[in-house]
Amino acid sequence: MSTNMSTPNTKVMNRFDVTSRLIAKLKHEEAVIGGIGNTNFDLWAAGHRPQNFYMLGSMGLAFPIALGVALAQPDRRVFALEGDGSLLMQLGALSTIATLKPQNLIMIVMDNGIYQITGAQPTPAASVADIVAIATGSGLANSAWAADEEDFERLVDEAMSVAEPSLIAVRIDDKPGVGTTRRDPVQIRERFMHGLGVREPL
Amino acid sequence: MAIAEQQTSPQAAQASSDRTWHAIVLQTLKRNEISLIPYVPDRVLTPLIKNLHADPFFTTFATAREEEAVGIVSGAWMGGRRGAVLMQTSGFATLANVLASLAVPYQIPLIMFVSERGTLGEFNYGQSLVCRTMRPVLDSLALEHHTITRLDELEFIADRSIKQAVTTQAPVALILNPLLTGGKVFDK
Repeated sequence: MSTNMSTPNTKVMNRFDVTSRLIAKLKHEEAVIGGIGNTNFDLWAAGHRPQNFYMLGSMGLAFPIALGVALAQPDRRVFALEGDGSLLMQLGALSTIATLKPQNLIMIVMDNGIYQITGAQPTPAASVADIVAIATGSGLANSAWAADEEDFERLVDEAMSVAEPSLIAVRIDDKPGVGTTRRDPVQIRERFMHGLGVREPL
Repeated sequence: MAIAEQQTSPQAAQASSDRTWHAIVLQTLKRNEISLIPYVPDRVLTPLIKNLHADPFFTTFATAREEEAVGIVSGAWMGGRRGAVLMQTSGFATLANVLASLAVPYQIPLIMFVSERGTLGEFNYGQSLVCRTMRPVLDSLALEHHTITRLDELEFIADRSIKQAVTTQAPVALILNPLLTGGKVFDK
């Protein structure tokens, strides 16, 4: 888990609990993109919604995929859930998002400082880098650490009321995901498109 | 700019402005309602990128990596908006993972325009080597790809390939050869 000295007052939370709290808040068919591995496993476990998209590869692309959805459907709020290890693979995406300033994109980073799913090896950033400072430095001014679960919920509410992209970072424990996403990419994509109103089922 | 002019083939330079390769690509994108254009720049693509930026029909922007652009247009497709990615040969070489784990298995009609470096006068050995990896990667995933060498075939190939990608929900790579674009030549 992260030993980042810049977040000493940040409580260590649990991914499934935080994800469930987020899903409980969604009342307007908001889209949610779940990053590779435990991040989308817990999104799946929190209860399938037609507006959920689950990644089965392409590590690091949760934010870019969510950006694409946000640009296609500017009237729908789009959430992206990403792990810290995944985000480290695609830090440039933060600047792309900061430049385009989609008003409807909310990014959530689940930071445990480890590659949990591969054997809990620490990430290169674990003890030296601050995800929120990286996001702020990339141009995403509305970025913050969630101090605890209540603060997370407050930050989500705030993010849903502002007209700029937001990033919320959450320190999480080293627990694996609670469920396992059914690995059926075509069905995942098709049902997501139904959920977004792009297509009707056959 | 003298160097830029040298990099444009005589045919392309002398063609009327709406029959340049880049004007045909732009019009074909528009006709097929492809409005989202993330790119990683390339010298040869510069006139196309410039004109896309100037046309408010398109949302045109640079990304830090090509796979980021692939993620963006994939998300946009699922949200009901069409996009295409512009890149150079060396950028395509970074895409094997995202093609095999996102575009192909999720059946996303990813439309890629690749400015081909590494052949017909390449001056950088690394570029010529990375170019040799492109078609084997495309073939290993059985992806549709066309190498466009002639101005008179460009519109047909691009328009039909875009329509095929959309209707068959499969990626396509349109490789813009130096015979079409003039390519990039040695400039010290």
